[in-house]
Amino acid sequence: MSAIGVDSVAELYAAIPDRLRTSGPLDLPAGLASEQEVERLVGDLLSRNRTTQEYTSFLGHGCYPHYVPAICSEINGRAEFLTAYAGEPYEDHGKWQAIFEYTSLMSDLLEMDVVTVPTYDGLQAAATALRMAVRMTGRKTVLVSEAIPEALRIKLDSYLDGHAAIATIPVDITTGTLDTAAARDLLGPAVAGVLLQTPNVFGVVEADVEAIAAAAHAHGALLVASCDPISLGFLPAPASLGADIVCGDIQSLGLGMHFGGAHGGYLAVHDEERFVFELPSRLFGLAPTRKRGELGFTDVAYERTSLARRESGVEWVGTAAALWCITSAVYLSAMGPAGLGELGSTVAAHTRYAIERLGAVPGVSVPFAQSPHWRELVIQFDRHDVAEVNKSLLAHGIFGGVDISRQFPDLGNALLICVTEVHGVDDIERLAVALEGICR
Amino acid sequence: MRATSPATVHQEDDRHVAVPAARDIIDDDARAALPYQAPRWNEPLIFALHSDGARGVIPARADPRELARIPESPEARVQRQQAIALPEISQPQVLRHFLRLSQETLGADLNVDIGQGTCTIKYSPKINETFVRSPRAAATHPLQDPSTVQGTLRIIAELEQYLAVISGMDAVSVQAPAGSAAIWGNVQIVRAYHRSRGEGDRRDEVITTIFSHPSNAATAHTAGYRVITLYPDADGLVSEAAVRAALSPRTAALMITNPEDTGIFNPAIDRLVRAAHEVGALCVYDQANANGLLGITTARAAGFDLCHFNLHKTFSTPHACGGPAAGAICATAALAPFLPGTRIREEDGVYTVQPPGPQATASLRPFYGVIPNIIRAYAWIRALGADGLREVAEGAVLSNNYVMSRILRIPGVTAAYLDNERRPIEQVRYSWQKLTQETGVTSSEIGQRMADFGMHYWTSHHPYVIPEPATIEPTESYSRRELDDYVRALAAVASEARTDPERTKAAPHHSSIHQVDPTGVNDPTTWATSWRAFRRKYLGADMPVPRHWEPAADAPAPIRPAKAFHR
Repeated sequence: MSAIGVDSVAELYAAIPDRLRTSGPLDLPAGLASEQEVERLVGDLLSRNRTTQEYTSFLGHGCYPHYVPAICSEINGRAEFLTAYAGEPYEDHGKWQAIFEYTSLMSDLLEMDVVTVPTYDGLQAAATALRMAVRMTGRKTVLVSEAIPEALRIKLDSYLDGHAAIATIPVDITTGTLDTAAARDLLGPAVAGVLLQTPNVFGVVEADVEAIAAAAHAHGALLVASCDPISLGFLPAPASLGADIVCGDIQSLGLGMHFGGAHGGYLAVHDEERFVFELPSRLFGLAPTRKRGELGFTDVAYERTSLARRESGVEWVGTAAALWCITSAVYLSAMGPAGLGELGSTVAAHTRYAIERLGAVPGVSVPFAQSPHWRELVIQFDRHDVAEVNKSLLAHGIFGGVDISRQFPDLGNALLICVTEVHGVDDIERLAVALEGICR
Repeated sequence: MRATSPATVHQEDDRHVAVPAARDIIDDDARAALPYQAPRWNEPLIFALHSDGARGVIPARADPRELARIPESPEARVQRQQAIALPEISQPQVLRHFLRLSQETLGADLNVDIGQGTCTIKYSPKINETFVRSPRAAATHPLQDPSTVQGTLRIIAELEQYLAVISGMDAVSVQAPAGSAAIWGNVQIVRAYHRSRGEGDRRDEVITTIFSHPSNAATAHTAGYRVITLYPDADGLVSEAAVRAALSPRTAALMITNPEDTGIFNPAIDRLVRAAHEVGALCVYDQANANGLLGITTARAAGFDLCHFNLHKTFSTPHACGGPAAGAICATAALAPFLPGTRIREEDGVYTVQPPGPQATASLRPFYGVIPNIIRAYAWIRALGADGLREVAEGAVLSNNYVMSRILRIPGVTAAYLDNERRPIEQVRYSWQKLTQETGVTSSEIGQRMADFGMHYWTSHHPYVIPEPATIEPTESYSRRELDDYVRALAAVASEARTDPERTKAAPHHSSIHQVDPTGVNDPTTWATSWRAFRRKYLGADMPVPRHWEPAADAPAPIRPAKAFHR
C-alpha cells in the first residue's frame, strides 16, 4: 500500500458509494484452515455418490459410458493445457496445433473439410445448425425428427423461437425410423432445413438418410444430421449420405461422463463460403510463418464472429469446450481406424445381443427389433411400471434404463437401454436375469 | 524491494567467454535479464506420425461369436463400407506428441498471466483437480437415481445458495456451460418475463454499453432484440441521462457490466437501474468483472433483477484453453420461477430433482451443468469462506493499483479515464497511443513481443474505443515479485520500440514459432481449416465432395463482411 500511496484498502474502494456497500461479512460457512480440511469436506460429500463402477449401469440418452483411455486423462490434466486460455500462437502454439488437429481428425472422420472449434454441447450445435439453415435459405420453417431426445427438442424450440416455426416429422412406429413419406409431404418451398439424428433417440439407425437428403435438396432445403462421431466406426459418415451440416457431441470421445458435465458440440460443413460465413464459432487454419518448414495457425474468417463485430456477428462465440476437444484429439489419435472400427462392431454386437436376450425375457419386448440399432434399444414391459422396474433393478445393483414413456406415451412402459464396449455379455445377462425376476 | 534492473532487450547471440564467479549464480538482476526461450519442438502435424498398422489403444472386444453374427444381423444393412480415414499411431508417439504441444502452451500455471484483462486468470488449486477426477465424481451418470448421487446434488444446491449470498439475490442456477451461455440464459428469462406480462412483442430492444462484453449485445441480437449500444462520456461512464434517452416502453432490458471492462466502477449504477425500472425494463448485471467486489457490493444492492458470474473467472475454475467453463445465473425471487430447466431441492437433508416449473425457461445444457467446474468452485468457496473471499477482492484491487502505478512510469502509456484521482477496481484499460504515434509500434505488436518474455498480453475487445488498448487484470494470485517481472518486461518492450522498432515489429523471436502471416490463407480459396482441406487445396488430393445443398432461387445473397483479424 505504501508503494501506491494509500493507508488502507478502503481508500481503493472510494468509487463505490456507501449506499451500495455490503455491511458485515457474507453469510457463508467459515473458511477452512488447511488443504487437508478441504480434502476431507469435499471428499466426504463425494463419497455419498455411487458410481457406475460399483453399479452396472445401462444409462445413456445423451451421456454415454465409453471407456476413457488413460492417455486421455493424462493430457486432459496437463497443467499447461488446463490453465491456458486465450493466447495467440506465440504464447500457445501447442494449443492452436492441438485444436487444429482435433478439427482435422474430426474432418477426416466426418468427411467434411470444415469443423469448428467446439461450441458448448451437441444440443447447441444442432440449434445453431438450424439457425444457419434459416439464414442460408431465408425461409422460416424447419422440419425436425420426432425421434430425437426431448432435451434437444426443448433446445431447438427455445433457440428457433421468433426465427422459424418447427414442424415435426413423425416416427414410423413399426420400425422406429423416420416416416420418409411424411417427411416428403412436409417438405415444400417454405422449408429451410430438416434435422434428423442417427442413430436416433431409440438407438435405431435412420435408414433413409439419402432419400431424405435428396428430397430436402429438391426443395432447396438443407439436411442437418446429428450424430455421435464415435458411431462412425461402424456407420457411414452422414456427409456421404447427403447431409449438409453435421453436428453432435464429442462426449463419447474420451471425455467420460462427469454426471453430464463433459460435453462439447461440433459443427461440420463443406468448405464453401455460404456455409463457412454462417458459422458462429472460431475456426483455426494453417498459416505460414517467417520460417520455412514451420507450422503456424490463424483465425479463419474472424470477421464472422461476435468477438469481431458484437451483435453484427453470427450469433455469438465465447469460452466453450476447448480442452475437451484436445482430449478428443488424443482419443481419435490413439484409437485410430482399427480401434474405432473394433469399438463400432463391438457396440453393434452387444446391442444386437441385448435386443435378443432382453427380448426373450417373458413380459419384455423390443419394439423395433428388426431395425438396425447401435448402442441403444427400447424395451417395453407388458405390465410393469418402468419406475418400479428401475427401483427393483437398483436393489440388484443395476442402474436400469432411461424412462422414455413420458416423451413417447405410445410406447407404453418403455425403457431405453444403453450398451457399449464397457459392457460384457455377462452384464447383459445379469440385467436379463434381474428382469426375469422382476417380471415373473 | 530489490533493485530494478535496467530495461534489457534480449540478445539472441549471447556468447560467454569468461565463466562468471560462483556467487554470480544468484545475481538476481542478471537472472532477470537472461533471455527467455519458449519450448520449440517443431512438432509436425499428428498425421505425419502415421505408421501402417500401429495401434495406440486397443478397445475391449465383443465375444467373437457375437461379432461373427453381425453379417446376418439387421445392422449389416447400415454398416459402413469405406475405411476410416484416421492416422495409425502407437501410444508412446501419441503421448510424446501431445506432451510436446502442451509444453508449447503457456498456461497460467506457468506464467504471470495478468495480460488477459476481463478474464480474471487466477490460481486454480490443485486439490480441486483430485475431486473432479475421482470416480466418485467422474464415473457417475446424470440420470442415475437421485438417491445414488446425493453428494453431487448437495454440492450443486449449496453452491447455488452460496452464490445467492455473494450476489445478494434470491435464487441461482449453475447450469450454464459458460459466461456467454449464462448471458443467453438471462436473455431467455427477460423474454419469458415480458411475455408472461403480455409485453413480449412490444419490448423489442435491449440496451447495453460498449464496455460491456460483446456477448451481451450478441446474445440479445440472437434472441431477436434490436440492440442499442451506449458509449461513455469523457469521464468513461455511461451517464444516467444517456440511459434515460435510450429507454422507452420498447426496452426489454438494460444489460451492463460494472465495473465495465475499463475497470471503472459506475457509482450511479443504482440510478441507471432505477431509470430502467421506471419504464418497466429488467436490469441484467454481467458480473464477469466481480473479482474486486466479493463481499464489497452486490447486484442486489444496485437493484438488479438478474446477474451472472463466470465460475472460471471469479471462482477459480481453470480456463482450459477456452472451456469447459461454467456460468451462474442469479435472480430475484420474482424471476426465480423463470430459471432454466430442472431444479434441485432439499428437504430434511435429502436432495431431489424437481422437473421444470410452468414458467421455467429452456435448459441451457444437457443435464445439470459443467459438474467438474461446479465442484471446483464449491471447494474454492468453502476453503475461503466470507473472510477469504473479501481478501481475494481486496488483494485483486490492491494488485491492480500497484501494477498501474508501475506501468504508468513507462513512457508512452496512459490509463483510460484514470487521469484524475479516481481509482480503478480490478483491472485497467491502458492505451499505447502515444507510444504508437512516437514509434509506430502498435499494441498488437507489443503483445507479440511480450511472448518473448514468457508473458501473455491481450489487446482488448473490439472495437478499440480506446486506441491501441491493453487490458491488464492482476488478480490476487501473483506475488509482487511476479507483478514486477511482468511490468519489467512491458517496460523493456516499450523501450525497445523506441530504440529498435523493427525488432519489436518482427517479434516473436523466442517463441515456439515465428511471426505468422495470415493474409494469404484467409480467403475461401486459400484457407485450410483442416488437414483434409489443406490436402485438397495445396496437395491436389482427390477427395470427391458428395452431392449436397445448392441455394434455391429464393436464397438470399450471402453476406461477406469486411476482413478482420483477432488482433
